[in-house]
Amino acid sequence: MSGIILPGADGVLFPRDRAWHPPANTPGYKSATFRAPRNSLLSLGGTASELTGPTFGHSSLNALDNDLIRNYSQDGTEAIGQRLIVYGQVLDENARAVPNTLVEFWQANAGGRYRHKKEGYLAPLDRNFGGCGRAITDADGFYSFRTIKPGAYPWPNGGNDWRPAHIHFSVFGHAFAQRLITQMYFEGDPMIWQCPIVGTIPDKAAIDQLIARLDRHNTTPMDALAYRFDIVLRGRRSTMFENKLEGN
Amino acid sequence: MLHPVPRLRETPSQTAGPYVHIGMTPNFADIRGVYASDLGASMLTPDTAGERIIITGRVIDGAGVPVGDAVVELWQADSNGSYAAPMGPGSNVAPAFTGWGRQPTDADGVFSFETIKPGPVPGPDGRPMAPHVALWIVARGINIGLQTRLYFADEADANATDWVLGKIADPLRRATLIAHREDGAPPRYVLDIYLQGDRETVFFDV
Ligand SMILES: [Fe+3]
Repeated sequence: MSGIILPGADGVLFPRDRAWHPPANTPGYKSATFRAPRNSLLSLGGTASELTGPTFGHSSLNALDNDLIRNYSQDGTEAIGQRLIVYGQVLDENARAVPNTLVEFWQANAGGRYRHKKEGYLAPLDRNFGGCGRAITDADGFYSFRTIKPGAYPWPNGGNDWRPAHIHFSVFGHAFAQRLITQMYFEGDPMIWQCPIVGTIPDKAAIDQLIARLDRHNTTPMDALAYRFDIVLRGRRSTMFENKLEGN
Repeated sequence: MLHPVPRLRETPSQTAGPYVHIGMTPNFADIRGVYASDLGASMLTPDTAGERIIITGRVIDGAGVPVGDAVVELWQADSNGSYAAPMGPGSNVAPAFTGWGRQPTDADGVFSFETIKPGPVPGPDGRPMAPHVALWIVARGINIGLQTRLYFADEADANATDWVLGKIADPLRRATLIAHREDGAPPRYVLDIYLQGDRETVFFDV
């Protein structure tokens, strides 16, 4: 992939398919009511300010950053819960790997409780679980981390709404316009389909992209199950066709 | 005209939820010891060239309530108008200015960046755009991150010919992107971001 970005070259990224994403205003998810812009977005097509973005060196990470089982240990023991390896590949829409990009993740503990002063759920804290981690993708776009399976939890929305087990993800890519936050769910969880936040996404095929698959092949025997969650970021328009049009 | 077609579809966005501070600014959220400091908390080093400034404001919802659970990220050029070059694989060299910052909003909805005034960056028409920083806002209730820009009120001539500001016909809407200056050492540029309502900020599809 070319590393050269032409400032302001129109359409250098594929336009974002807004119908594939949740709309801003989603009545079933009430927090959006006063936080959804009502005006239409101003289309820019992308300038240097959006087609560049921050990068992070591997040196900015610590050895335990991708190990949520141990990275908040207070007493030398490990977090409580079903042990998991979560891994996957970050790709762009052209199916090219996105190497050297920062992936961050955060989640509730095994009981469904977040370590946050505003958390109101009865489930207990785990003194050895903080709930955050990060990784940088390798040369082939792969990230991985160890964690425990987060619990489902209730939340104030419709009176008795529960979130399915999920992990929050933040991904950078190489352009500020690729910036993405999403959530990962677990294959086979029936609670996915009753969740108002999942339901903000109009298309079932799009929701399916958020469901990590159980991967028996990468399980660590007697230790941890593996789930695979691939992430697709916006791709750049190909430059491969640039010399083909006139001559053919 | 032949247009390449994407083969995969972008992973759909989901709200950052009420606890985005746990994941993105854990020290601010009182989760200490996992990271030495919150990523993007400090943008400046002693070697950073340029005029020191503070960029600050509040995030406010459509009911006029400050949004205390947001994260704001900022991306900008250096004082010469250049964006930091991507670091190569395994690079351990920290540039004097990365151009990127991340701040949580506090209980009053306030975010604040200590940074430098950016230089002008070339626009799509080849002419310089007015100095600006790009902003990205996420929070509970925001289903897909909001992209916008902050311009500087004391760059009135440059703002008058800016490629992006020129696309906004309504002067009241245009004004939602322009931070006013408060003199001081360093000077402060102040801009409130309104998610909704009469003063709703102009957000971009970039
Ligand atoms: Fe959550």
